Amino acid sequence: MNVPAKRILVVTAEIVLLVLVLLLIIGPMMSLFIWSVAHRWYWPNTLPQEVGFEYWKQALGMRTSLAIGAISIIPAFLLSLTIAVVVVIISMLIAIPAGYALAKYRIPFGAVIMFLFLMPNAFPQQPIFVNLLRVFTRWGLSGTVQGVVLVHILVGMVFGVWITSATFRSIPNYLEEAARSVGATRLYTFFHITLPLAAPGLLASSVFVFITSLDEFTGTFFIGLPFVSTLPMTLYSSSGYNMQFASVIAIILLIPSILFMTLIQRVLRAEYVGGMG
Amino acid sequence: MPALRLERIVKRYGKVKAVDDLSLKVQEGELLTLLGPSGCGKTTVLRCVSGFVRPDDGQIYLGDRKITEIPTEKRRIGLVFQNYALWPHMTVFDNLAFGLQIKRLTKDVIKQKVEGSLALVQLGGLEDRFPRQLSGGQQQRVALARALVLEPDILLLDEPLSNLDALLREQMRFEIAQIHKHAGITTIYVTHDQTEAMVISDRIAVMEKGRIMQLGSPLEIYSKPANKFVAGFMGTTNFLHGKVVKIDKEYAVVTTEDGLAITGRGHDIEKGAEVDVAIRPESIKFLSPAEATDYANEPNVFEVEVARASYVGELIDYQLRIKNHLIRAKGEVRVARGVGVRFLIKLDADQLAVLRR
Repeated sequence: MNVPAKRILVVTAEIVLLVLVLLLIIGPMMSLFIWSVAHRWYWPNTLPQEVGFEYWKQALGMRTSLAIGAISIIPAFLLSLTIAVVVVIISMLIAIPAGYALAKYRIPFGAVIMFLFLMPNAFPQQPIFVNLLRVFTRWGLSGTVQGVVLVHILVGMVFGVWITSATFRSIPNYLEEAARSVGATRLYTFFHITLPLAAPGLLASSVFVFITSLDEFTGTFFIGLPFVSTLPMTLYSSSGYNMQFASVIAIILLIPSILFMTLIQRVLRAEYVGGMG
Repeated sequence: MPALRLERIVKRYGKVKAVDDLSLKVQEGELLTLLGPSGCGKTTVLRCVSGFVRPDDGQIYLGDRKITEIPTEKRRIGLVFQNYALWPHMTVFDNLAFGLQIKRLTKDVIKQKVEGSLALVQLGGLEDRFPRQLSGGQQQRVALARALVLEPDILLLDEPLSNLDALLREQMRFEIAQIHKHAGITTIYVTHDQTEAMVISDRIAVMEKGRIMQLGSPLEIYSKPANKFVAGFMGTTNFLHGKVVKIDKEYAVVTTEDGLAITGRGHDIEKGAEVDVAIRPESIKFLSPAEATDYANEPNVFEVEVARASYVGELIDYQLRIKNHLIRAKGEVRVARGVGVRFLIKLDADQLAVLRR
C-alpha cells in the first residue's frame, strides 16, 4: 500500500491503543465519580436514574439524613489528618538522622538494619497486627490514638528511612568536606549544606509517610477499634451497603494523594534541572 | 620554622601502608608538589594535612601548632578540590561568603573580601551567578578564590586541573603559579602530571608506595634522578641495563650485554655493580654525515637504525634500534629520517644518569 495510507493506519492503531489504556486506568475512577453523584442507580441502566450531590452534602455534614450509615465524615477526616501530621513529624525525626547515618557512615550490619525496616511491609498484615494487638492490649495502647500513631509509624518507616538514606547518599561527600575546610563544624555543615540540598528528597519521603498514614487501614482496624475511627475505617464500614457514600469518601481520600504526587513531581524535576554539578 | 612539618606519618588501610613513615618539611611561602602515580599515597598525605584522614602514627605541625588531633574546621587551611566542590544551591558570592559568615564578619567586610578574592582570580562581576552557569575553568577559579578569601595558613590543592581539557590546563598552570607568587601563601599541590609539577613548583616530592623517593627542585629531580623510578617518572626515559666496568671521578662506564660501552654520571656505585643507564631523548644528538667523521672516535657514539618515525607536529618521535635495544628519541621535522635509515648518534655523558638497580 502507499505510504500515506500506511501512515493513517499506524496512527489510528496508536489512538485506539491509547484510548484502551486510558479506559483501563481511568475506568475504575470514572465508576467512582459516577457513583458519588448517583441518587438512584438500578440495573439495567448504564447510567444513574437520578443524579445529585445529596450524598456529598451528607458526608460533609451539611445535611442530616436518616439513611443508614450517612454521617458527617468531617470528624474522621480531621482525625486522619491530625494522625498523619503527627506520624510524619515523629517519623522524620527518626528517619532523617537514621538515613544520614546509614548513608554516610559505615554502620555495622547497615544493610541488615535497612532490611529490618522493610520487614513490617513484607509480611501479611493480619498476622502481624493480630499479634501487635495482643502486645498493645497488654500495654494499654489498643483503642487509643497513640496506638494508632505507633502503628502508622511502623508501617511508614520503610519509606522514611529508605528514601532519606538514598537522598543523603546522593549528596557528594566533597561538598560537606568543602564546608568543613572553610571552618564549618559538622552540625553547621548539616544544616547549611546537606539539608538544603537534601530537601526535595526529604520532602518526598515525608509525603510518602503522610499518604501511607492517611490511607492506612488494616493496622488501624486492629489497633484502633472501637474508639479510633479514621477515614479509611469509615470507608470500610459504609462500603458494603452504601456505595454512594463510600465513593464520596474514596474520592476525598484520593485528593491528597494526587495533590502531593503532583507536588513531588514538580519539585523533583526542578531539582534535576538545578542539579549538582 | 617550616610552615608545615610532617613527622613519620603512617596510614594503613587493612594490610596496605598507604603512607609509609613519611616525613616532610614545607618552607614558608613555597609551593611544594607531591608528585606520583595513582595510589602512591599523595592524596592520602593531603587528606591527613586537611584532617579528613587520621594518621595511624606520626605528628603534623602547622607552624608551631600541633594539629594532628585538631578537627578540620579549626585547622585554618584552604582546600581546592579536583571537582571544585562548589555548593550548587548558592551563588558565587555566597560560596565565597560562607566561610566569612562563620567567622561573624560584618556585611561590608565580607563584601570587600569576596570582591577582592574574585578580582585576584579574574572573575569580577560574576558574583550573582550559580555554579552551573559557569564553565569548568571558571568554577575552578571560584574554588581557588573561596580557599584564598579566608587567608588560611596553608593552601592545599588536590589535582585541581585534572578535570579540565588540555589547553585550559596549560593556561591555568601559569595562572596558579602567578596567583601563588602574588599571594605568597605556603602551598601543597598534588598531581600526577610531571610537566605541571615542573612548571609551578619550588620543590617536588616524588612519591611511590607511600614513600618519598626524591625531594628537590624541578631541575634536580629531572637532571639528577635518585633512582630508576624517579628517572622513569619524569619525562620519557630509556633505560639500558648493564654492568659498571670503570669509574672515573663522577663518571662511570657501563657495558651492556650486547656490547655497548656507555659513559654517564653516577654516584654511589662501585665497579662491577648492576646498573641502569637513564637516557633521555634530549641527550641523544643525531650526527650529520660531516659530524660523523669528526666524532668517529669519541665515546658514546653509536650506530642506530630507524625502527619507527611518528610525526607529532613540532617534532618527530623516533624509535631507534641500537644493537639489541630500542630507544625513544626526538628529531627535527626538517631533517626527517625514514624507517630503515642508519646514522650515528652521540649521547651527552653529562645528561646520562647511571642508577643502581
